[in-house]
Amino acid sequence: MNKTWIVAQREFLTRVRKKTFLLTTILLPLLIFGFYAMIIYFSIKGADDYKIALVDKANIFNNNIPSNDKEIIFEFSKEDTATLNRKVEKGTIDGYLLIPEDYKLLNNDTLELRSAKTVGLTTRGSIEKRINKLLEEKRFLLQNIPKEKLDSLRRDTEITYRGLNGNREQQSKAGISYAVGFISGFLIYIILFIYGTMVMRGVMEEKVNRIAEVIVSSVRPFQLMMGKIVGIGAVGLVQFIIWALLIIFLQVLLPFIFPGMTEQMQTQAQPGIGAGVQMAQSNSAMSTLMENISSINWPLILGSFIFYFLGGYLLYSSLFAAVGSAVNEDPQDAQSLVLPITMPIVFSIVIMMKAVNDPNSGLAVFGSLFPLTSPVVMMARIAHGVPEGVPLWQLLLSAVFLIIGFIGTTWVAAKIYRTGILLYGKKVTWKVMWKWAFRKS
Amino acid sequence: MNVLEVNNLKKYYATQKAVDDVSFTLAPGSIFGLLGPNGAGKTTLIRMITGIFYPDEGQILFNGKKFNPLNDVINIGYMPEERGLYKKMKIGEQAVYLSQLKGLDKATATQKVKEWFIKFEMQSWWNKKVEDLSKGMGQKLQFVITVLHQPKLIILDEPFSGLDPVNTNLIKDEIYNLAQNGSSIIFSTHRMEQVEEICDHIILMNKGQKILDGTVKGVKQQFKENLFSISFENLPAIANGISAFDIVGRQENGLVVKIKDGYKPNDVLQHFLQHQQSITAFNELLPSLNDIFIKLVEGTPLSRQFEKITA
Repeated sequence: MNKTWIVAQREFLTRVRKKTFLLTTILLPLLIFGFYAMIIYFSIKGADDYKIALVDKANIFNNNIPSNDKEIIFEFSKEDTATLNRKVEKGTIDGYLLIPEDYKLLNNDTLELRSAKTVGLTTRGSIEKRINKLLEEKRFLLQNIPKEKLDSLRRDTEITYRGLNGNREQQSKAGISYAVGFISGFLIYIILFIYGTMVMRGVMEEKVNRIAEVIVSSVRPFQLMMGKIVGIGAVGLVQFIIWALLIIFLQVLLPFIFPGMTEQMQTQAQPGIGAGVQMAQSNSAMSTLMENISSINWPLILGSFIFYFLGGYLLYSSLFAAVGSAVNEDPQDAQSLVLPITMPIVFSIVIMMKAVNDPNSGLAVFGSLFPLTSPVVMMARIAHGVPEGVPLWQLLLSAVFLIIGFIGTTWVAAKIYRTGILLYGKKVTWKVMWKWAFRKS
Repeated sequence: MNVLEVNNLKKYYATQKAVDDVSFTLAPGSIFGLLGPNGAGKTTLIRMITGIFYPDEGQILFNGKKFNPLNDVINIGYMPEERGLYKKMKIGEQAVYLSQLKGLDKATATQKVKEWFIKFEMQSWWNKKVEDLSKGMGQKLQFVITVLHQPKLIILDEPFSGLDPVNTNLIKDEIYNLAQNGSSIIFSTHRMEQVEEICDHIILMNKGQKILDGTVKGVKQQFKENLFSISFENLPAIANGISAFDIVGRQENGLVVKIKDGYKPNDVLQHFLQHQQSITAFNELLPSLNDIFIKLVEGTPLSRQFEKITA
């Protein structure tokens, strides 16, 4: 045990002291943050306005279009095509829409928009949506249905979701559970991949550098393997803690970096409505959001995240170590050997996507109990809470299975590792590794 | 008491008897040559002695007690033929780390590494990385790491490969030194002239079996062919029908003779003295280990064939 600790220390220190560690640990959150800021920036800024001259020869709109759209701006024009063409070329307008004199609202006639540049897909969508909405209103008017009546007819009915005991289950809570489940499941998925391959490369390094035999003469192969796994796991844990702290820190910092951003967002959202009402609305939305966030059982999520992170990591990293020990100099061998290990990880992300929507489906239950997929899938279910997302007995069973699972894989991997680490020049297949793992002695 | 006693050790692989019933003993302070062609089973034997492999059958006694890899590794220093180091790790740290794995605590390890680095004039290497070292420098470092913890048993597999003559001598002297201080050394190599120079005792393995065991002198005696070289002031004319010996070779001012069974060197001298020849030198020609090695191993295929083992 003592020697395992020495090995783990080395594995941890050599990685943490590398420049790349600092770089990825500090730079990655900054990148994420920058990305984040950029998205927010662009979503606030919105697209450039698109100015369309409306040549309404049929006089359908009667020179009156309610202006509430931010992207598409209509202005009426009676000019002829030649002047409009010139205007488009000059850039004062982006295009013009022709409504011919014989245009009939109730016929299914096509309209024509002319522009110098190709119109982008989203802009096309906005134009079509807007024009159709306007025309639809006119059509209803033609049938003597005024706009007010239409609006009252179109009203959506809200459905409140309640549990069996009548307790209100907030819509937005489901949304947050979804997000939390998805993110934590995805994080574990990434962890398994990144740190699993890190273990594999470490083992390969030892084999290729021919240091394995030097070490194995003073340390049991199992100690060497476990030391490596523990050390790299600690690197992962530290890295994640730093990331989490940085992200929290930056998020707190965000309003200071972009002062007025939130206000801008609010005013931008619905410019038509009075600012005061709007503020109040967004405030209440904000507070329900906060309420929902606090309604999630964070200690449970965090606790199980750490448990499934460690369990899943131990389970997979020992398999990755076994593969690393079997590989010779040729990294190509590694790819084909590693495939059977990566497949269940990829498979678990697929189940997770389903489980996060429907935490109690049969596939989700299976996925969250089966130790090869449970680290990813269970996170998606736990986010919905106990017992709504996952009954307590399933959670405990899954934990027990995962522990049995990683003891099992470590045991098998240790046997493969012991043989593989000292074997050179032989191409190893899964069949051979199977033999190493299950032969006697 | 013997440092190491190996009794009827066996290790069978699926297609080979890698080590087939090998026994030997190793006295304290002796330098022991483990010889054999490629694939004879030397590495497997060594791996069992160092606790990397478990023998299928047989027994290893270390210091008179049953060998227990967990506790005894501190007393063993093993420098494998396939040796390497972490390329990106600083040399000083690496040496300390590997010594810690042997069982030394950090402070002792650091102190010992420093002492040895001074001894081998390697102080300036401490903060360098292994990738900056030449092969020979790496070898020196490997040797230091192997013997640093003053093991009772040192196993060196091809320790001189890649070393220049100066460093070879440096390490050779150190090996003698260690042996004098009571360490026993197992020395595995293909370089027979080094074995002849360094070892007191050798065993020769072939196809997993021990085919020769003895002191270097004894083995040479065992394989001598009664050859003598005689030098004269003037090369005599050779008479026919000499009963005591055959002439098997000629040198400048001399002959190589093979004494026939039942005769003694004195008979040869007598023959020439009777003919009034003035003899300037008379030497026994002993076979070199190289000759013995080739003679014993000759006829076996250059590499071992894979065979089905039913045992």
